[in-house]
Amino acid sequence: MIELNGLSKRYGDTLAVDDLTFDVMPGCVTGFLGPNGAGKTTTMRIILGLDAPTKGTALVNGKPYGQIKFPLHEVGALLDAKALHGGRKAFDHLLCLAQSNNIGRARVATVLELVGLGDVANKRAGTFSLGMGQRLGIAAAMLGDPGILMFDEPVNGLDPEGIVWIRTLLRGLAAEGRTVFISSHLMTEMAMTADRLIVVGRGHLIADATVEEFTSRGEQWVRVRSPHQRELIAALQRAGGIVTSASIGDDSDVRGLKAGQIGDIALAAGIAIHGLTEHRASLEEVFFGLTDDSVEYHGSVNA
Amino acid sequence: MSTSTIDLRQPSTLRAAIISEWTKLRSVRSTMWSLVATSVFTIGLGTLFCWAFINRPHRDLADSFRFDPTSRSLRGVFLAQLAIGVLGVLVMSSEYTTGMIRTSLAAVPRRRVGLVAKTIVLGTASVVVSMISTFAAFFAGQAVLSSGGVNASITDPGVMRAVIGAGAYLTLIALFGLAIGTVVRRTPGAIAALFGIVLIFPLLAQALPDPWNVDVGKLLPFNAGQAMFSVRVDPDLLTPGQGLVVFLTWIAVAFILATGLLTKRDA
Repeated sequence: MIELNGLSKRYGDTLAVDDLTFDVMPGCVTGFLGPNGAGKTTTMRIILGLDAPTKGTALVNGKPYGQIKFPLHEVGALLDAKALHGGRKAFDHLLCLAQSNNIGRARVATVLELVGLGDVANKRAGTFSLGMGQRLGIAAAMLGDPGILMFDEPVNGLDPEGIVWIRTLLRGLAAEGRTVFISSHLMTEMAMTADRLIVVGRGHLIADATVEEFTSRGEQWVRVRSPHQRELIAALQRAGGIVTSASIGDDSDVRGLKAGQIGDIALAAGIAIHGLTEHRASLEEVFFGLTDDSVEYHGSVNA
Repeated sequence: MSTSTIDLRQPSTLRAAIISEWTKLRSVRSTMWSLVATSVFTIGLGTLFCWAFINRPHRDLADSFRFDPTSRSLRGVFLAQLAIGVLGVLVMSSEYTTGMIRTSLAAVPRRRVGLVAKTIVLGTASVVVSMISTFAAFFAGQAVLSSGGVNASITDPGVMRAVIGAGAYLTLIALFGLAIGTVVRRTPGAIAALFGIVLIFPLLAQALPDPWNVDVGKLLPFNAGQAMFSVRVDPDLLTPGQGLVVFLTWIAVAFILATGLLTKRDA
């Protein structure tokens, strides 16, 4: 379990993390979501004791990270796949980390196999692709068989096969009862992997909810098409539906009525229906809606 | 659950960190190259200087009288210090330059423990290579000088001490490099700082008005270190014992600064 309490971090004039309070619970995948520059990486660095918070605390299993004697047994983290000495062979890279936490050589070979790098154990890590580097970082995180796993943007640089692999791995680790905390700026990716989402923007907490709660926030509507569109619209409006014409073709978008209700109304009025589809705002749209005010670097088309 | 009391059965973080640091040191190629260069420079150049002395065209008696065969055979140390100093710097600065430091500190969050482990491992590797090199340089150099009958014996007064002093100097330069690498964190800056202090400071000190040029100059690492491996007492240098104490003081100050910054700064 990871507990943040009023965590703040100031770099000069910039408040990178602003009074963050939340817990990351075991047994599920918690997604840490926010646009670039929202303070996700800084928060993770503070959890690992790499940066000192300006205010507040970050506790791992009830203790500050720095007080854990052999932390790799409790927390496995991957912040940056490039955080290694490229001149060192993959095996030696993992071996020196293992030894620092009293983990045996055999475990190094095991985690290399686990992430599919067994064949390149004696290659220098600097020759690895970004995807292989990510796998090596994940291997390092798994060394101590920790109860908490924390990955910063783990799917970055992975090919589609690798993305499916890591998604399965993370879900499996959470199912074993571990705490899995992963950051991303990709809402759709998180929706497929995470059970719970913590959304931050400009360093402060915007939302902390399950993925279902998130999806239910999205606006819903039904798109209908009929050869007698005008009669249908009139019938739906009498039933309390709010009808707008869809952006494409002759279709109409109906809010306030469910698809089934629309079908029943059409049947009662004797109007044929040629198309009836339910729509829901994507998680991306929910995410953009939430973080719109807190995006640090807006792209502009009319610059 | 662990408590605040010390459990002696638990393995020590320092012991684990030392084993880890040894793996780190041996698993990068720059270590081997630096140590080979240290050895080659110490032995090869020392022998070459001795050979050059023997084959000097106008060697007179006065030359031979002032001649210190021991320090002549140890002159390669002046170049070798560059190689071993760079190794010392790299032990820490390469962690920052590559980003490895974040992974290292996540594995060993007790930063002082990590620095002590690095110091012990680097110190051990350096002292072994340095001592073997300086002794080899001495014996090879004296073998060359013996053809001119100007060689020293290891049993002569002060000679053993000077040879050990030269090995100690190289080892301490490596440790000085580690401390400076920890303070500066970037390889180019740290190397510049190390050799600025060691090689450039003595030149600057010479520009001071008399008698400060000598008084200040002899307290600098280079001159204090040189005092450690000269057999003849030079009035412009400290005694070997004083030299060691002064050089150790420089290193102690560098390590105090390094420890303070390492524990305080964000990684």
